[in-house]
Amino acid sequence: MMEWEIVIGLETHTQLSTESKIFSDSSTRFGAAPNTQANAVDMALPGSLPVMNRGAVERAIRFGLAVGAVVAPRSVFARKNYFYPDLPKNYQISQFELPIVVGGSLSFFVGEQEHTVNLTRAHLEEDAGKSLHEHFTGPHGESSSGIDLNRAGTPLLEIVSEPEMRSAAEAVAYARTLHGLVVWLGICDGNMQEGSFRVDANVSVRPKGQAAFGTRCEIKNLNSFRFLERAIQYEVRRQIELIEDGGTVVQETRLYDSDRDETRSMRSKEDSHDYRYFPDPDLPPLVVTPEWIERVRADMPELPADKRARFVADLGLSAYDAAQLTMHRRTADYFEAAAGALPADQAKLAANWILGELSAALNRDELEIGDSPIPPARLAALIARIIDGTLSNKIARDVFAAMWAGESGGEPDAIIEARGLRQINDTAAIGAMIDEVLAAHPAIVEEYRAGKQKAFNSLVGQVMKAARGKANPQQVNALLLEKLG
Amino acid sequence: MPLTEQDIARLARLAGLQLDASDRERARDEFTRILGLIEQLQAVDTAGIEPMAHPLAAHQDISLRLRDDQAAPTQTLEERAAHMANAPAQHAGLFLVPTVIE
Amino acid sequence: MSAIHEFEGIQALADALRQGRLSAAELAGEALRAARAHGDSKLFLHIDEDLTLAQAREADAAIAAGRAGPLTGIPIAHKDLFVTRGWRTTAASRMLADYVSPFNATVVARLHEAGAVSLGKLSCDEFAMGSANENAVGGPVRNPWDPDRIPGGSSGGSAAAVAARLVLGATGTDTGGSVRQPAALCGVSGIKPTYGTVSRYGIVAYASSLDQAGPIARSARDLVPLLDAISGFDPLDSTSLETCDGRANAPGRVLADYRQACERLQAAGARPLEGLRIGVPREFFNEGLAAEVGAAIEAALSVFESLGARRVEISLPRTALSIPAYYVIAPAEASSNLSRYDGVRYGHRAANYGDLADMTSRSRTEGFGDEVRRRILVGTYVLSHGYYDAYYLQAQRVRRMIADDFRKAFAEDCDLIMGPVTPTVARRIGDNRQDPIADWLGDIYTLGVSLAGLPGMSIPCGFGGGPRPLPIGLQIIGNYFDEGRLLALADRYQQATDWHQRTPGQQ
Repeated sequence: MMEWEIVIGLETHTQLSTESKIFSDSSTRFGAAPNTQANAVDMALPGSLPVMNRGAVERAIRFGLAVGAVVAPRSVFARKNYFYPDLPKNYQISQFELPIVVGGSLSFFVGEQEHTVNLTRAHLEEDAGKSLHEHFTGPHGESSSGIDLNRAGTPLLEIVSEPEMRSAAEAVAYARTLHGLVVWLGICDGNMQEGSFRVDANVSVRPKGQAAFGTRCEIKNLNSFRFLERAIQYEVRRQIELIEDGGTVVQETRLYDSDRDETRSMRSKEDSHDYRYFPDPDLPPLVVTPEWIERVRADMPELPADKRARFVADLGLSAYDAAQLTMHRRTADYFEAAAGALPADQAKLAANWILGELSAALNRDELEIGDSPIPPARLAALIARIIDGTLSNKIARDVFAAMWAGESGGEPDAIIEARGLRQINDTAAIGAMIDEVLAAHPAIVEEYRAGKQKAFNSLVGQVMKAARGKANPQQVNALLLEKLG
Repeated sequence: MPLTEQDIARLARLAGLQLDASDRERARDEFTRILGLIEQLQAVDTAGIEPMAHPLAAHQDISLRLRDDQAAPTQTLEERAAHMANAPAQHAGLFLVPTVIE
Repeated sequence: MSAIHEFEGIQALADALRQGRLSAAELAGEALRAARAHGDSKLFLHIDEDLTLAQAREADAAIAAGRAGPLTGIPIAHKDLFVTRGWRTTAASRMLADYVSPFNATVVARLHEAGAVSLGKLSCDEFAMGSANENAVGGPVRNPWDPDRIPGGSSGGSAAAVAARLVLGATGTDTGGSVRQPAALCGVSGIKPTYGTVSRYGIVAYASSLDQAGPIARSARDLVPLLDAISGFDPLDSTSLETCDGRANAPGRVLADYRQACERLQAAGARPLEGLRIGVPREFFNEGLAAEVGAAIEAALSVFESLGARRVEISLPRTALSIPAYYVIAPAEASSNLSRYDGVRYGHRAANYGDLADMTSRSRTEGFGDEVRRRILVGTYVLSHGYYDAYYLQAQRVRRMIADDFRKAFAEDCDLIMGPVTPTVARRIGDNRQDPIADWLGDIYTLGVSLAGLPGMSIPCGFGGGPRPLPIGLQIIGNYFDEGRLLALADRYQQATDWHQRTPGQQ
């Protein structure tokens, strides 16, 4: 039985969050009436010429710095020539031999395991328009599609990974992390429904141990992580079955059909992809000076990787927790605000609460952390009450729920007062409760003395019941043990 | 090396042109003549010479000029109509083309 | 005949308009009638009296308000390669038969702002591809000196219109000689400025790294205000230069350089060109050069020598190689620039078609003429996988060597370069049809200048034989940004000679 290794590389097209397009000053705003954001340049009218948008270059530089890549001091725009109606010039202005960003890497977790995937490059290019395949009728009664060029010319940063991923899960984790990063950097709005972040997956298989790569297929335009995962899984199965049945994988472009959960070969746009790349004579080479790079570097937010390192080194978080907290900038900001209101050695507690209770509540109510009804300072106040012994962890969860619902203005202390939830730490009071319980349950005491450990837990339960959950559990245990002798 | 008929057919496809058999024959002949001219380039020793894309590149530094990221207002329907006035087929602000099934 | 014939040049006419001796509207009306009546009906591709007269009225208003400039009210016309609002822009192609642009080319807008009055759009070779103006939808344009002969191309219509005195100036584009060569064959003056000094925005693109707009007129003196008005940095064109050797690329630069050079010439006495070294490339005087053309050039050089200049023989060793280099680079860029013509957003769409691919290729095949299809195929070939390095990149390397040859000549040997524009006088319409590259070979003296991006001009310097006399042009090539000096030297030559004053029918 053959053991197969899966090889995946991802090409991600991120729409850059500029106001205007990459080569024209048309707006990039989503949702305008068709062809109202397409000027002479975007429509490729005769005589029109491209002019480069500084904002797109800035964002590419920012990305390059964030992934530790080389920002090329000189890069060249090239024409990729092919005929397609959503490509007004019938060539796409892209970058070929000399891209603006070279190398770099991205680290992420799959479960508890940290992975690092190297990037080949990232380059700037223009997006194509959109074809609407509703049932229009052409001038001869032929079934027709409508072309909207509003999207044509939107700046894209195409980010290419090395084919180093070995599972669909890894690919998804990479994609999620990359998504988080570009949103973090403020270079892309990350709105996958609107097509801001699209992934092409290059998938192949090879027998384990074989050095040579198998033939790969490219699955294009996956715009959700779920589709990415399913498409890869289907494709891997398809290729393996094909090979095991004696067939060979044909190099081709495929689309994922989410209704049928399968990939399909695209009818080829041309028989062979001879794009005839050559440097665009309308655009001289792009020069990025060291000064410009330093200015961008100085303006960058602290990067997820640096924050992660700081959280681990200074705040004692685990690498995994640090990674979770730095997936999104808002989450990291929230954590820092909360942790900042607590002693440094209690930051872990804040991490647990954010990744645990808060995360669960946000998911349940389908909220982003930015819309959390509990601001970081209040969460910190709640945690402070655990630290100072006012609340047990268990009772604190009840207080959290009350804060979420807005009881007593969402103030932890007010809720504690109103509900009388203070933890009982007074040993005398606890001792008295224990005495009462022991007196009331002689049978259980007998069982304990007879060696049944379960009886102890039962007694603890009775004490907690008497205390309505508010007794300090450590003290209950200690005192009960003492009293039982 | 002379071009075959397949070569010409492939070029025509890449170039978005339709050539019938006699066109292809004529194109082959013409290419023979034209290649005879442009093949002269291959005899030139260009070792160490960089290709020159902008004619003034050797005279002064030519680099890409950048424009500030400012968007023009979304067009009115009249402005759109002016840009689409030459369209062979349009409907509801969209250019119409025969449907491509993917 | 219109009033244009009565004035020796743009300045004289502009003075008359300013002084109220005639109005721009009257002048435009006469010029339109003459254009309509002109024997060669293929010359103008689009005339619209209303549009022209509206511009003339604007000019008259400017004159009345005391705002007249050197070009206010002057009748001009545009090569049909510049997009214009109002007038159609067809690039002399069936592909753009009814196309009306929503915007003006920068060159068109600047001439309009300067007050010039456009009579309409002039024929040219289709998409600027050709050296004879035979590749025009509607048919060949005729040389005003001999209707059986070509006017040159691709700006043949522009040169013919000036030669026929229908306009005082016409815009052209020069990619490999398409302003200089028709100017030479039609006995008028034309200039291709340094690449990047005039905006390409709104020029239907042929070869992006070579295309430059340039004016054609009756004299170097007339070229000055035309070139100055259209020169200058344009933010809409990324290949437009902001500076010229440190000086702003703006209107006024050419004019200032021209005036300064003229003043020096005037002040210098009897031998004003003393110290000027004129490089004469030995490769330009090769077997292909007709004896009569060579003789006319020699005579012109003697005039410059008599004014004090010194001839220096120089070598431009890769002159012949400029032909294959150009005919790789230009078709390559053109094949890509013309991909946008697919019948989707504008332009010709086939009447019958099957699927999308069929619609696209059928529309293109029907819309483009033979020479355009030929160059698209060549361009596609030299860019295709496996050939790109051997052809396209190799041609760009040879290009650098050619530019370097010029640089060396200017650095070490000469201040200017002079020689023929064309190997022969105008050929007959219809000749050279059998050989696809015969006309290409005739571009030998002009291509190198385009590849190097240098300024070059053509001025009349004599006539050759034939049943009717046919003009011969002298090419003057300058170093980068030297347009002003070139024009001043040409003007000095035109003060000492009268070739530029001859008109067809009055040789």
